[in-house]
Amino acid sequence: MTNVWTVATNTFREAVRDRVLYNLVFFALLMMGAAILVGQISMGIEESVIVSLGLTAISVIGIFIAVFIGVGLVSKEMDKRTLYALLAKPVERWEFLLGKYVGLVMTLTVNTAAMAVGLYVAMWTVKHPLAKSDWFLLVAVYLILLKLALIVALAMLFSCFTTPFLAILFTLGIYIAGVFAQDLRTMQVVDLNPATMKLLRGISYLLPNFDNFNVMGAVAHERGVPGRLVWQDTWYAILYCASVLAAAAMVFSRRNLK
Amino acid sequence: MSAGEPRFCFLGDVAGGEQANGERVDGGRRLSKNRSMPNPAIEIENLSKEYPYGFLNLKKRRSLESLNMRVETGEVFGFLGPNGAGKSTTIKLLMRLIFPTSGTARILGKSIEDVSMHQEIGYLPEQPYFYDYLTAAELLDYFARFHGLSAADRRERVQRMLKKVGLETAKKIQLRKYSKGMLQRAGLAQAILHDPQVVVLDEPMSGLDPLGRREVRDIILELKKEGRTVLFSTHILSDAEMLCDRVGVIVGGKLRGVGTPGEMVGIQTQGLEILFELDGAGKKFPLLDRATKTGERYRVQLPEAQLYGALDELKSAGARILSVAQIKPTLEEFFMNLVDADRAQANAVEVSGR
Repeated sequence: MTNVWTVATNTFREAVRDRVLYNLVFFALLMMGAAILVGQISMGIEESVIVSLGLTAISVIGIFIAVFIGVGLVSKEMDKRTLYALLAKPVERWEFLLGKYVGLVMTLTVNTAAMAVGLYVAMWTVKHPLAKSDWFLLVAVYLILLKLALIVALAMLFSCFTTPFLAILFTLGIYIAGVFAQDLRTMQVVDLNPATMKLLRGISYLLPNFDNFNVMGAVAHERGVPGRLVWQDTWYAILYCASVLAAAAMVFSRRNLK
Repeated sequence: MSAGEPRFCFLGDVAGGEQANGERVDGGRRLSKNRSMPNPAIEIENLSKEYPYGFLNLKKRRSLESLNMRVETGEVFGFLGPNGAGKSTTIKLLMRLIFPTSGTARILGKSIEDVSMHQEIGYLPEQPYFYDYLTAAELLDYFARFHGLSAADRRERVQRMLKKVGLETAKKIQLRKYSKGMLQRAGLAQAILHDPQVVVLDEPMSGLDPLGRREVRDIILELKKEGRTVLFSTHILSDAEMLCDRVGVIVGGKLRGVGTPGEMVGIQTQGLEILFELDGAGKKFPLLDRATKTGERYRVQLPEAQLYGALDELKSAGARILSVAQIKPTLEEFFMNLVDADRAQANAVEVSGR
């Protein structure tokens, strides 16, 4: 595990030095602008607007980082051949892969935590002091982080066997399909025969159910999030990520470098 | 073996196969079954690599064909060949960056599939490129961590290596600001950082100025003095001649010959060359017609049997003899002959295939 941690800390250092965390400046500006604007135009729903906007921004910025940097984690190393010297060390390929994954998840954790702090500052600006229900926001942020960890795993899997462009397309495609996985499960189409319905339902269970991680509506309206859902989502994300990363490691372990 | 027969092993199209007398040709050495040999540092057996290409990857291009080779412990082995000959493919296979279509290889007695083997191996990739957001000191420290070295040991080694490759003053500069030569030096430093027993260098001289090449040569010689095994690929034949105990020539994915540089080019001289000066101008004698003038000096090439007659002739003409030297074919000539033969063969196959 020492090798995994060494690769992970270096990946985090890479993200910091390549100014990935500069997106926080954009987020801070967005929150400041929103706090000022919301205070002027919305009456009584300032907090709900700020929470929705803030959580959406955290999610969208996180998805961009997870997809674009997640795909580049492996493909950039192969393109630039920085991987050559590393794999000639006593490092297993799966250790490299897991290290890169952990490194980016660490980056996303720091980034998401910093944005959550920014969101609380914006909320405090429009409505102070903060109420007890405002701490539900942390649960929503945690679930966004789980979602991002899953997206990074998918991005890494695709980048292990295809080009970066296709890997980005596949990851975004799976993400969009995964957002509607729940609808696919419950969908009732009269014209479809039962076999096709079964197939669709089967596919819907294979897709990552990203809808599970969305509690934005509940939190924006100061409703609590059931603890059971948080546990279920945590285990779902852990198991799904482990499966996807295991598949990525299998593909990458026999991959010929250029 | 007669006196005139070259002692290197010319493999031609039979790479590492059984000879007619039952001996096995392996890495240029004739190994009888009863003779005990020390463990080789690198042992390659029937290693082949095919790359798929074309629509649906249905066609296959063979990049390396049944390579058999041994690199003995403690020797400097040069791997020579034109671009696309299979040198880098072989090295990448040894470093498990690519996987063989067939065949096996062992380094220090361990299969190349065994990751623990890499504890004792240093590798410099061709045209190395490293994490450009790191400084040279950070890069070396990063790689040293994979060898389980303590923090104090890492610090000491990093400083020592940076000094060794001449990057001490540039150690705090990010690698993105390094020249190609400086990156090559950083690459060399990471390859020998952990005192490996076997060092594999893919084109270590490329991108270096004459001073840099000299420093790399010195490092290779130092590694040899320390008893380490060095395998390096190169295009620069003079470096191979200067550094290598043995060289292997690979052309078109096939190993064409293995031996010492001297054996490779043959030990028979091709004649003698006399270098002389004439004090007075306008002197005429038969040997002068055969001589080539360069500046104030003349050089003439002649068979060994004619040497004494020529010396008498020069003496009576009042010429000052500067040197008499043997003419030997260079490794470059040997190399070019192999490449030309390979191209001629390829053309012949192409024509007959029409």
